[in-house]
Amino acid sequence: MLSTLLALNPPYWVETLTKIGIGLVAVLLPTGALVYLFLFKMMSFMQSRLGPMETGPYGQLQLLAEFGKFLQKEDIFPSKADRFVFGAAPFVVLVSTFLLVLVLPAGPDTHFVDLNTGIYFAMAVSSVSVIGILMAGWGSNSKYSLLGGIRAAGQLIAYELPLVLSVVGVVIMAGTLNMKGIVAAQADFGIWFIIPQIIGFFIFMVAVQAELTQPPFDMPVAESELVTGYLTEYSGIRFLLFFIGEFATAAVFSAIGATLFLGGWTIPFVDANAAIMDYIGPLVLAAKMIFIAFLIFWFRITFPRFREDQLQRLAWKFLIPLSLANIVVTAIFKVVF
Amino acid sequence: MSTTEEDVVAEVKTDAVREAIAKTFAEELGDDFVDQHIVPGSDLTIRIASSAWVQAATFARDKLGMTWLDFISAIDWMPSPFGREMDAEQDWAATGRDADDTEMTTGVAGGDTRFQMFMRVYSIDEHIGVTIKADVETEAPSIDTLIPVYPGASWHEREVWEMFGINIAGHPDLRVLYLPTGFEGNPLRKDYPLVARRVKPWPGIVDVEAMPGEDEDAEGEEGAAQ
Amino acid sequence: MTGTHEAGVVSPSEHTPLVSGANGDIAADLDITNEQQLRYIAGQAADARVNIELETEGMTLNIGPQHPATHGTLRIVARLDGEQVISAEPIMGYMHRGYEKLTEVRTYPQVTTLINRIDWVGSFANEVPFILAAEDLMDVEAPPRAQYIRTALFEMGRIANIMLFLGDMPVQLGGVTAIFYAFRDREFVLNQIESATGGRFHPNFNRIGGVKDDLPAGWIKETKTAMQKVRDFCDEIEDLVMGNEIFQSRCRGVGIIPPDVGKAYGLSGANLRASGVDWDLRRDADSPLAWKDLDWKVWTHPDGDSFSRFWVRLQETRESSYMVEQLLDGLPSGPIMAKVPRIIKVPAGESYVQTENPLGAMGYYVISKGELTPFRVKIRTASFSNMSISPWLLEGVYVPDIATILASLYFILGDIDR
Repeated sequence: MLSTLLALNPPYWVETLTKIGIGLVAVLLPTGALVYLFLFKMMSFMQSRLGPMETGPYGQLQLLAEFGKFLQKEDIFPSKADRFVFGAAPFVVLVSTFLLVLVLPAGPDTHFVDLNTGIYFAMAVSSVSVIGILMAGWGSNSKYSLLGGIRAAGQLIAYELPLVLSVVGVVIMAGTLNMKGIVAAQADFGIWFIIPQIIGFFIFMVAVQAELTQPPFDMPVAESELVTGYLTEYSGIRFLLFFIGEFATAAVFSAIGATLFLGGWTIPFVDANAAIMDYIGPLVLAAKMIFIAFLIFWFRITFPRFREDQLQRLAWKFLIPLSLANIVVTAIFKVVF
Repeated sequence: MSTTEEDVVAEVKTDAVREAIAKTFAEELGDDFVDQHIVPGSDLTIRIASSAWVQAATFARDKLGMTWLDFISAIDWMPSPFGREMDAEQDWAATGRDADDTEMTTGVAGGDTRFQMFMRVYSIDEHIGVTIKADVETEAPSIDTLIPVYPGASWHEREVWEMFGINIAGHPDLRVLYLPTGFEGNPLRKDYPLVARRVKPWPGIVDVEAMPGEDEDAEGEEGAAQ
Repeated sequence: MTGTHEAGVVSPSEHTPLVSGANGDIAADLDITNEQQLRYIAGQAADARVNIELETEGMTLNIGPQHPATHGTLRIVARLDGEQVISAEPIMGYMHRGYEKLTEVRTYPQVTTLINRIDWVGSFANEVPFILAAEDLMDVEAPPRAQYIRTALFEMGRIANIMLFLGDMPVQLGGVTAIFYAFRDREFVLNQIESATGGRFHPNFNRIGGVKDDLPAGWIKETKTAMQKVRDFCDEIEDLVMGNEIFQSRCRGVGIIPPDVGKAYGLSGANLRASGVDWDLRRDADSPLAWKDLDWKVWTHPDGDSFSRFWVRLQETRESSYMVEQLLDGLPSGPIMAKVPRIIKVPAGESYVQTENPLGAMGYYVISKGELTPFRVKIRTASFSNMSISPWLLEGVYVPDIATILASLYFILGDIDR
């Protein structure tokens, strides 16, 4: 990547370190933007209030203030908690998020790794966060956290399937698992996959909402009787890591959704292989990511939450058959036309 | 309500309904029906023997259609020996009473004992209610539970038990409702003082400063405790 | 297992063979079996310990007293079997202020100040039954203008109260936006109450014989604007909340109260009307307030579940806003206070007045001995009876439904605890 972008030829280890740095920035910067734009401002405006206004102009430094606040809190371990499991849980969740960004293409040559099984890798890696949540629930050594963790794991596993199956429709249309290939296919077809795959997009959005445990699927987290479910015993930095993980995953999934359905870094009427797209591509992808994240947070603010059994019923009895039907129809169209 | 000529006809009409209800109670309960009081157009109170408590309620619910339970509570007719605490002397001087005066008067439909249970049930279809009073003994007061008749009686009876000390015979779960566990005493009895006024006296009349230029003797009672 | 070492970890050098054989080889064989046996038994014990700790039957969930789901400090102890409630018991009394004892030492005007605070969201409505009972005993009737003003403020108290409910129930279910709209639009109504009475929540405006003051200039016009805003809010909530499929699936069929059970428990207000019982004290009880002069409708719903309770309250709010407009249009002129002595001594007697308060049927049984203070006041509050049905109602529901049912019953702690 660096060789084409900057016309340099650094040794491998320099390139790797740079990519790690850029990767961290690529996840954290959108996360911060999402938190500020949507959680602080959009949510407030939709609720007819202003949100944080004191810290910095229009509350722009609120994130920094929250960061500092969490950093200086005491690192508490419940007395009988399994220290390793409890401590490692937020990192496991974060690891899966940071790994996801590896396969996101942001330009014809702007990518971290060009995997031929890009989207397959992404789906697989995103499942790792379930383990993190179970670790959090178990390691807290509290019946309620454990119940919350198990509920969350059940929900996440249930919604993995629609997520993956909705992507299959896109893969069939593009003919490749490679993320760059999917973007190229959308550029070649001339239309973004959201139009033929509108049902797939709908299933993808619902499944992403559930994967992020956002309302209307936040029964494991926000149920008032269980405090915050598996997150109850976490405070300070570890809580901040979970919080970052939630928004980072939202950012990365939005970016994946933008790549799969909205044409990634391509703009219509501009040649997909132009060299200028290497620099503009990331910005375009960021804009599309913000749009999809806007949808996610808009639903979060508006809807009440499902009960656990209604949630499972929705996944198993409605979304999975719908996504299977979507695959069948897509395959038929692909073969016939 | 003030009565005028037009109201006389209406009065008589409603009167008849309540009179009829009182009569059916008297027929049903026989000797246990002690007294009645009717405010024309407004209310009907009957007093019964406490042994007929459940019977009267069942009769009201089944035969008179009074299926809606309003409340169950009690009255302690003993005049309070504390009165209005700080202002008690002043009150009693006006009426010629003092703290030791324990002459007890009871309200409408009479009453012979210190404690009186009273409940009210109402008929939603007829829009008529009846207040049923019953005397209970002063020593070890007790009455039967109405839970078999109205399930909602449970909480009302628990409150009566904790506030007045009237035992509810047959209540499956007689424990305190409002008071902390292990609270001693029955707060709504008249001989239980209002603890708040003991701990911190009512401010009363505050010191009134004279207007500038007026007599400099500061008026005002010693009512402010602080 | 013996306590000297971790269960399941038996170091080969420490164990003593359970069976000692004469033959060394056999002993050696038996030693290995011993170790395996011990490991097996230790493993079973560890499993059993975990199983007991994970036992989800008979788990007790303690909700409250500090808790976002309840309007105040209410504690609910629920015994669960996994996700289902076996029994749920509300424990109240955290806010018990001893009103019935306090009324025995306060003069009648002082009692008015006190009882404002029973249902603190329904402000004006708390004072009215008591004042009516005292007026009944004194044989005083407030002039018509005062009755109209009382009724208008009563209905506005009802609107303010139910608007809070309309915003609060979605929040209990997870839809966080509705409550902000409710509080924003409620401000208009509270501003009007404040400009007339001086207090948003505790107006203390009723006096025996009338009301304290006349209405300020421009109040009628501003209140009509406020009522229009209330109606817009009701339309918005009807669309946003009641039309929301998730809200409906959470509420429909949850917490069904059959009408005869409701009556036996003394349920009142919208809770009973949502079960199909057509009873509204504004229409059915003989009251000097101005309801009989108005053209309005009683809303009922046949279902009796949480959704119907929400629906009935929404319709009632809209109806109340129309009623306020009619009252303001027909406001008679005249005095606002009847002739009453300066020191109020209510003649001896007993009187019971019950009105249709926002939360249900609230009544005051006033026993007077002719003194400055009442002798005994029995305060019959709506939420007390409304909550008494909750142990019966919460059996067998799922844990998330506890929040739904309690939110739909709509109680205020001050009303339960007095």
